[in-house]
Amino acid sequence: MTDQPLFKKAFPVKGDFASAGEASVKVKNILKDIGYDSGVIRRVAVATYEAEMNVVMYGGGGEIVMAVNADHVNIIIVDQGPGIPDIKQALVEGYSTATEEMREMGFGAGMGLPNIRKNSNEFTIDSEMGKGTRLDLVFRCGG
Amino acid sequence: MKLKAIVDVLSLESPMETLDLERDVTGGYVSDLLSDVIAHTHAGDIWITLQVHPNTIAVATLKELTAIIVIGENAPAEAAVSKAASEGIAIFTTDLPAFEVVGKLYEMGLRGQS
Repeated sequence: MTDQPLFKKAFPVKGDFASAGEASVKVKNILKDIGYDSGVIRRVAVATYEAEMNVVMYGGGGEIVMAVNADHVNIIIVDQGPGIPDIKQALVEGYSTATEEMREMGFGAGMGLPNIRKNSNEFTIDSEMGKGTRLDLVFRCGG
Repeated sequence: MKLKAIVDVLSLESPMETLDLERDVTGGYVSDLLSDVIAHTHAGDIWITLQVHPNTIAVATLKELTAIIVIGENAPAEAAVSKAASEGIAIFTTDLPAFEVVGKLYEMGLRGQS
């Protein structure tokens, strides 16, 4: 992990619904422009979108950092939100703390974190109450 | 199948000023849960849904969907329409229920992609 990435970029995520999803589209477009492995692009797009929506809905804004390497992509998503009290429960498919308003918009299916985990090769989540949440994801080519 | 064929058969309307009806539709998906759509749609799909807000367009953009058919009485918000226009996603509306829309598309030969 000490190798320098070929390309690294940070994308701010605002805490509003109007621009939600835009950072994920940028991440995907960069990987497409590079001509990266299409399977990785597909998985990065799904996971990054879900993580971005979590940052918007619960984190009050944050940042997505992408590092592109020859055979894998690292995505780090950080917010300064309230933190997740029970990570184990949050990872259960179908569990959601979404508000009624979010559910009416089609969110809150309880598929966010499970989708992120399913689409990444390495998934690490750290959350501290009152400080925020950080996701470290690795997507390997051919994996 | 060309978008134009679908628009003609279903008599779809669109809030968009310009549309490229020569684009290909390669499959279809119906769902109102965005996580479900992001996980299971394929590039070229036409998406049938009740949801119409700017996040719907972000999902369609990310998954490279060809078009969205909005069912029910949800008029697409201007913000969603302008975002769709800039991303090249076509939005249509219909008075038909989702079941009828999907049935007609299936009859035309369109299938869900797996």
